[in-house]
Amino acid sequence: MDQFLQLTVAGLGTGMIYALAAVGFVVIYKASDVINFAQGDLLLFGTYLTFFSLVQIGLPWTAGVLLTMLVAAAIGLAVERAVLRPLIGEPIISMIMVTIGLSSILRAVVHGIWGPQPRTFPSFLPEGEVMLGSAVIGADRLVAIPLALALLAGLALFFRRTRSGIAMRAIADDQQAALSMGISIPRVFATAWALAAVTAAIGGIMLGNIVGVTPNVAQIGLRVFPVVILGGLDSIRGAVVGGAIIGLLEFYAGGYIGHGLNLIVPYAVLIVVLMVRPYGLFGREIIERV
Amino acid sequence: MECGVFHTDYRTDIGLRRVPAERVRLGLFAAALLVFPFLASPYWLNLANQIAIATIGALGLNILVGYTGQISLGQGAFMAVGAYTSALLTLRLGLPWGVSIVAACLATAAVGVFFGLPSLRLKGLYLAISTVAAQEIVEWIVTHWSALTGGVEAVVVPAPQLFGRRLNTDFGFYWLGIALAGVTALFTANLFRSRIGRSFVAVRDQDIAASVIGVNVFGTKLLAFATSSFFVGLAGALTAYYRNIISWERFTLETSVLYLAMIIVGGLGTIRGSLFGAALITLLPAMIATVGRELQESAPAVAALLPSVQQAVFGLVIILFLVFEPEGLSKLWRNVKDYFYVWPFAYRRGEGR
Repeated sequence: MDQFLQLTVAGLGTGMIYALAAVGFVVIYKASDVINFAQGDLLLFGTYLTFFSLVQIGLPWTAGVLLTMLVAAAIGLAVERAVLRPLIGEPIISMIMVTIGLSSILRAVVHGIWGPQPRTFPSFLPEGEVMLGSAVIGADRLVAIPLALALLAGLALFFRRTRSGIAMRAIADDQQAALSMGISIPRVFATAWALAAVTAAIGGIMLGNIVGVTPNVAQIGLRVFPVVILGGLDSIRGAVVGGAIIGLLEFYAGGYIGHGLNLIVPYAVLIVVLMVRPYGLFGREIIERV
Repeated sequence: MECGVFHTDYRTDIGLRRVPAERVRLGLFAAALLVFPFLASPYWLNLANQIAIATIGALGLNILVGYTGQISLGQGAFMAVGAYTSALLTLRLGLPWGVSIVAACLATAAVGVFFGLPSLRLKGLYLAISTVAAQEIVEWIVTHWSALTGGVEAVVVPAPQLFGRRLNTDFGFYWLGIALAGVTALFTANLFRSRIGRSFVAVRDQDIAASVIGVNVFGTKLLAFATSSFFVGLAGALTAYYRNIISWERFTLETSVLYLAMIIVGGLGTIRGSLFGAALITLLPAMIATVGRELQESAPAVAALLPSVQQAVFGLVIILFLVFEPEGLSKLWRNVKDYFYVWPFAYRRGEGR
């Protein structure tokens, strides 16, 4: 029972970070139909930017996090303008490859500036452990869960209530109709990338707190695929639920079965979902069939 | 050059080499390849061998991605299957290397068909994502089924021999490498002159139209997966024999990305492009590393940054090609040819108005 509780909290904590990474991915896919292979590297960049502003400049953490988010947004905008916009309407393979190229550059920049050695920044999540019954649970993970959920709820509200959120949904629904209603598609694409970069940065900050500042953070990028496919490529709710399920599965598989099975379970789930229900749990059922 | 070539019947129009100039160029290229190993230093021979292997792998991937339009990020996994099958067959069962290479190709083709099965229901980016899963699953099997593959430990492959000479020296392997690369290129060229190859292209261009004119879309996709994986497996097996030692790190998702970069930079759906792309993507990091060694003395700080520079340049090359020349090096080559086609009477935009 203790093990179960521990695994559950750890899984949910990790799952929420997956969800934050996945939400950025979903936002970009929803708005512009682009699969972003650089999501993990945006996360990595966020982690190192926070390290830079907190440790190397020495800002207090509120200012540091704000600075990170601003820079991340600027990078998102720059990437959209310089790389993605010239490729609007190109085949899928070009879109995939261009984000892979982007991921390579981002990783090289991080590696070039900060080097491969792991770093830490002062934690602003509570440290220590909490006893839940007789189970020992890291306090940082326990706090990370509601924090991530609150952020995701805010994002969902953005899509439902704000003007640019609704514009984004309109474009996802029907580009031509949105265009004739006076919505500027390039601006919405730019917003989507900025938003994705910012959510990735937030995910990166939390990861930096929990696992430290290392180049391995980028590997989360690949974990995003099972999450978004399970939840549905164009659903924010799906990203949250998918993130939680994949996080839990990973920790249960690792905790109860072992043999490194936690590494492979998400991909097995991915293949099964693709074969049985390609649009995922909450995605729209408009996937092209062969 | 190629002025005044008019095809008067279908036979010449679909010929393998459509104009005499191509024969001449191909002859010159072949001659250069034959002379090269006697002049080159071991460093360049090594690079040439890497390019030969990469060309085979890139041709294989191009059959699937460039000609059939099925995006695959599982190249690294398929190469791993080829490499490990051939290595383990020689190591454990003592099969001669020729036999085990053929067996490895066939095994990879079978694995390719298996992971091609999702293409029954999926296409486009969904298929691409399912091949990412294939990549991760094969990688996991290689690293965790230690009894068979040796796990994360490297596997030492017995040296291949031909007529009593070791083939895994730079000089010996060169002949094997270019011969097999040549055969692969010839096979691919001929494949796309045949009915089967044309049906691959039809599926890529418009699958519904293809099925209307009587192409079995699913069967064609599986055949494309099999053909492609066969050559990718060959590239994997050759890597094993050339390197003598294989480990899973050589066949990760990064390998898949590397090969996709080759065919994007070279040109999707062209044979020439596979060679150009393989050469560029192999030579680029080697050149940067050479610069690094030069700088080691004078500017060690800059030299230390070079791994990052390599990675950044790799990403930059992909992006620049996609933005400015999506058809890759093979289109640039065609532009050069077109320039000389009517030289010196080239029509220039804006003249004579």
